Amino acid sequence: MFEMFSKILVQNGLVAAFACVGIAIWLAGILSRRLTFGHIHGSAIAIMIGLGLAYVGGSVTGGQKGLADFPLLAGIGLMGGAMFRDFAIVATAFEVQASEARKAGMIGVASLLLGTVIPFVIGAAIARTFGYTDAVSMTTIGAGAVTYIVGPITGAAIGASSDVMALSIATGLIKAIIVMVGTPFAASFMGLKTPRSAMIFGGLAGTVSGVSAGLAATDRRLVPYGALVATFHTGIGCLLGPSVLYLAVKALVG
Amino acid sequence: MIIYGTALLAACHLMGLFLGDLLGALIGVKSNVGGVGIAMLMLICIKMYLHDKGLMPKETEAGVGFWGAMYIPVVVAMAASQNVVAALKGGPVAVLSAIGAVVACACVIAALSRSGKDDTAFAPEHHLEFTEEQDV
Repeated sequence: MFEMFSKILVQNGLVAAFACVGIAIWLAGILSRRLTFGHIHGSAIAIMIGLGLAYVGGSVTGGQKGLADFPLLAGIGLMGGAMFRDFAIVATAFEVQASEARKAGMIGVASLLLGTVIPFVIGAAIARTFGYTDAVSMTTIGAGAVTYIVGPITGAAIGASSDVMALSIATGLIKAIIVMVGTPFAASFMGLKTPRSAMIFGGLAGTVSGVSAGLAATDRRLVPYGALVATFHTGIGCLLGPSVLYLAVKALVG
Repeated sequence: MIIYGTALLAACHLMGLFLGDLLGALIGVKSNVGGVGIAMLMLICIKMYLHDKGLMPKETEAGVGFWGAMYIPVVVAMAASQNVVAALKGGPVAVLSAIGAVVACACVIAALSRSGKDDTAFAPEHHLEFTEEQDV
């Protein structure tokens, strides 16, 4: 019986993922209403459940894709992969009011640049205090603090060692997780309530995954404005990391 | 026809990613530069054009709206397939760099979003008929 059912789950991975995620969101909605009386958004709880299960999946299977490493739940990897994520993000553009986005265009670009330079400087400085004093390691870890994709791309371009690359990916992943979980709690501190503030957030908080999940857990209407800016984040980081930022670090530390 | 909306969305998605790759190659970066953002801008422009021409019936909009509403479930699935174990194994350098970056950026966001004139506002509710997640 069980084997028959699990065979169906394996063969219909994506459909199984729809069912599982639906159940998780339903449970998160109940938890949100019963335990927090709606103070913590159901989406935020659902994302935390997802991250928790990803930890369980990763530690049980030793794989890299969280819950999706269980063959029965491989569809979660497809549903949460770049293809569906980007497709759904583009679809949210339908809710963008072009006039509002245009009003905040310049500040969006400015925050995009700040969002690359500030995390980089902090990441590189902390790397140095922990003994990573060469320019290549400092740049790679600093780039990881921008996003977990910029880190390894920069590291590969300037010849970083694999343990430094792993460290830079870990830095970016932790940053994305903090943004996902922390955004709803810091939303009022950051003044996150208008399209303009969402675009500033998208530029500064970086990582499409962090921004998209963080805004989704705060207010669904903010998502398209933040995502519109955040999708340029990785590209700008990959552009500046191995070039301008690396040369600046090299000039500073020799 | 609902498929027209979804096909339009798919076409914008693919074109945007292609242009993003092209832009990346053009400036010599080994990554896609703003592909999704370009796709979003294309979709916004095409929507405005078709809307003005009266060529955007409700069903066509629903073909896009459904995927926009699937956004949060997709994000939950994305969270469930993150490499959380590797992130937590990174040790103090990774944790401190990440926390430092997030705290600094949050302060700058707080400062920027309060500075200057903010005259942006959300669309009226009826634009969001597919985003039902208000109480979830």
